[in-house]
Amino acid sequence: MKADVPGKTGLGIGEVALVPVRLAMGLIDAPLRWLQRVAGISGMAAFFLMPNMLIFGIFILLPFFINFAYSMTGSTALFLSDRTFVGSEQYARLFDCRNYLDPNTCAEDTFWTAVANTGWFVIIQVTLMIVVSLVTALILNRELAARSFWRAVFFFPVLLSPVVVGLIWKWILQRQGLLNFSLYGFGFEPYTWLNDRNWAFAATVGVSIWAHMGFYTLILLAGLQAIPKDLYEAAEMDGTRPARAFWRITMPLLAPNLLVVVVLVLIKAVQIFDEVYVLTGGGPGTSTLYLTQYIYETGFAAQLRNPGLAAAASILMGVVLVVLTLLQLGLSRSSEKKGARK
Amino acid sequence: MSRVAEFLLRRKGGKGWHWTDIVTWVWLVGGLFIMFGPAVWLVGSSFKSPAALAEFPPSILPYVTQKATVEGYDKPLDLYDVTLPDGSKATLAEVRRIGIISQMVDPQKPGEIIKVNIAERTPVRQMSFATGNYTEPFTQFDFVRYLWNSVFVTVTATLITLVVNSMAAFALSKYEFRGRTFAMLLILATLMVPLSVIMVPLYSIISALGLFNNLWGVILPTVATPTGVFILRQYMLTIPDELIDAARMDKASEWQIYWRIILPLTAPALAVLAIFSVVWRWNDFLWPLIVLSRKELYTLQVGLSIYSGELNVQWHFILAMTVVTMIPVVLVFIFLQRFITTGIAGTGLK
Repeated sequence: MKADVPGKTGLGIGEVALVPVRLAMGLIDAPLRWLQRVAGISGMAAFFLMPNMLIFGIFILLPFFINFAYSMTGSTALFLSDRTFVGSEQYARLFDCRNYLDPNTCAEDTFWTAVANTGWFVIIQVTLMIVVSLVTALILNRELAARSFWRAVFFFPVLLSPVVVGLIWKWILQRQGLLNFSLYGFGFEPYTWLNDRNWAFAATVGVSIWAHMGFYTLILLAGLQAIPKDLYEAAEMDGTRPARAFWRITMPLLAPNLLVVVVLVLIKAVQIFDEVYVLTGGGPGTSTLYLTQYIYETGFAAQLRNPGLAAAASILMGVVLVVLTLLQLGLSRSSEKKGARK
Repeated sequence: MSRVAEFLLRRKGGKGWHWTDIVTWVWLVGGLFIMFGPAVWLVGSSFKSPAALAEFPPSILPYVTQKATVEGYDKPLDLYDVTLPDGSKATLAEVRRIGIISQMVDPQKPGEIIKVNIAERTPVRQMSFATGNYTEPFTQFDFVRYLWNSVFVTVTATLITLVVNSMAAFALSKYEFRGRTFAMLLILATLMVPLSVIMVPLYSIISALGLFNNLWGVILPTVATPTGVFILRQYMLTIPDELIDAARMDKASEWQIYWRIILPLTAPALAVLAIFSVVWRWNDFLWPLIVLSRKELYTLQVGLSIYSGELNVQWHFILAMTVVTMIPVVLVFIFLQRFITTGIAGTGLK
């Protein structure tokens, strides 16, 4: 059998590099033909599905189920067989509070601090993220010179690693950093922003928006471009004001995309960890300690690690995420049915 | 001048300026600075010497103070341009500073000490790129190791992802079998189980398999991506089944059909998945942080975060290493951005 790659003539470098791969695949073919004779064509389907399902089962499904078992055991031992069954004790400990509004009255006060911090973070970050991404998408959807350039400008940080993002901003917000330098020009004294509880919190919100807004802008922009232009032309002919066209045409037709984006941002915001861990390390104090970092530190980093407690906390977070994801799947399905996304 | 302004401000169709036009340009130009500024500042800073990094206010470009070796003094001395009491100018080297008086010598006549008010002197500075920031980490830290570990994890995980996901996508798109829908739903359900939810039990499984402190422990849990299966399956569904039937008539085995017909035809989708996978695996942080505790196994991301969290942060090295860590992703951004943006807009998956 000749190679089926269409439109290729001659032996390029890529072709030469593929020779050993071709040979290997040819060698695999003989035993697989035998397997096909024994198992039949539907058996081959199982064969193709097997590696993915095996890895998936061992590293995702299995941990998912034994997580419940972990959350019902105590002690610092790592393996499940060495751990003692304690029933709902870990959950009871997490919820042991005299006053739920004040984390200090709880047995596990850092957990509630993390919950409260994450709650505030989600509310503020999601709102600002949606506003910023939507405005950017609307602007990029206008008649612009070099639109793909501008789109790339806002998309650029999305690809950067969270560690790089954290370090870039740590460097800018430090005492000799760019921010203090810019403010110095206006006569302000240098300030160590990340040592201030409120500014550190604001920094985690701002930096996470900076890093991810390009992604959501892209989805919203795709939604905006799917709206037929003749709707606006018709509105203009009827003498509709642009503001009215925005609320009566753009928003209703963008709504399915917008909802999907809201849920996606929510899911990511609940799990925020990487950038913040590098930027502030959860500090100063516990002012930027979020849920994932609480789970990580309780399960792995703390002096007296407690995998059971970490598992219980992660299941509580998982419940929130499952609800949000189901919401997202439902929303994207209904938006596909409406045909708003092409 | 007014003609130039008129030309620049002219709008298509002869319409006047609307307030939204101003908002647009303020937003775009502001965005340009906010999005690129920090990264550019990082790259600029990475070429500065430790002394220049500690300065406030910082200089935009990397400058260093000139030094000169003067006879009779062991260390090189800082050079200054000095205005002498008689009004003449000279370049002198500073021996020591007491209060506001600086004791200086002329490099040509090292014997004679000249006392100068510090207000009368300015350092001789020259632009100089501290390339040592880039070369020294290779000897100071195990930087080459981290780089190699990151490359190994990224390349291996991407290759396995492509093979394993494409095989699963082939089975899920081109075969009819019982439990197909169930398998598809199971894979999609994984989207609901992010790492942060299962990290405790996953850690115990990795340890039980002897993969703790092993790069394979970083690679394996990441390769069965639901996103990859999803993208590839959607693409394979568009390949006509007649091609497969024809191949079966020619006595091609199922493996040959997968390898010689389906895979080459799925190349565009495989390319998108490969780009995504490279970026994901290169940027992974939390899981390698958990699995790798031995220094020689750190990936770049883990190594960077550990060194930047130390008490005495050697910023000049950290900044240079951050720039190196950025390079592959920036290259992907410059050359392959088109694929990524269409991939995201098409599937809404990241």
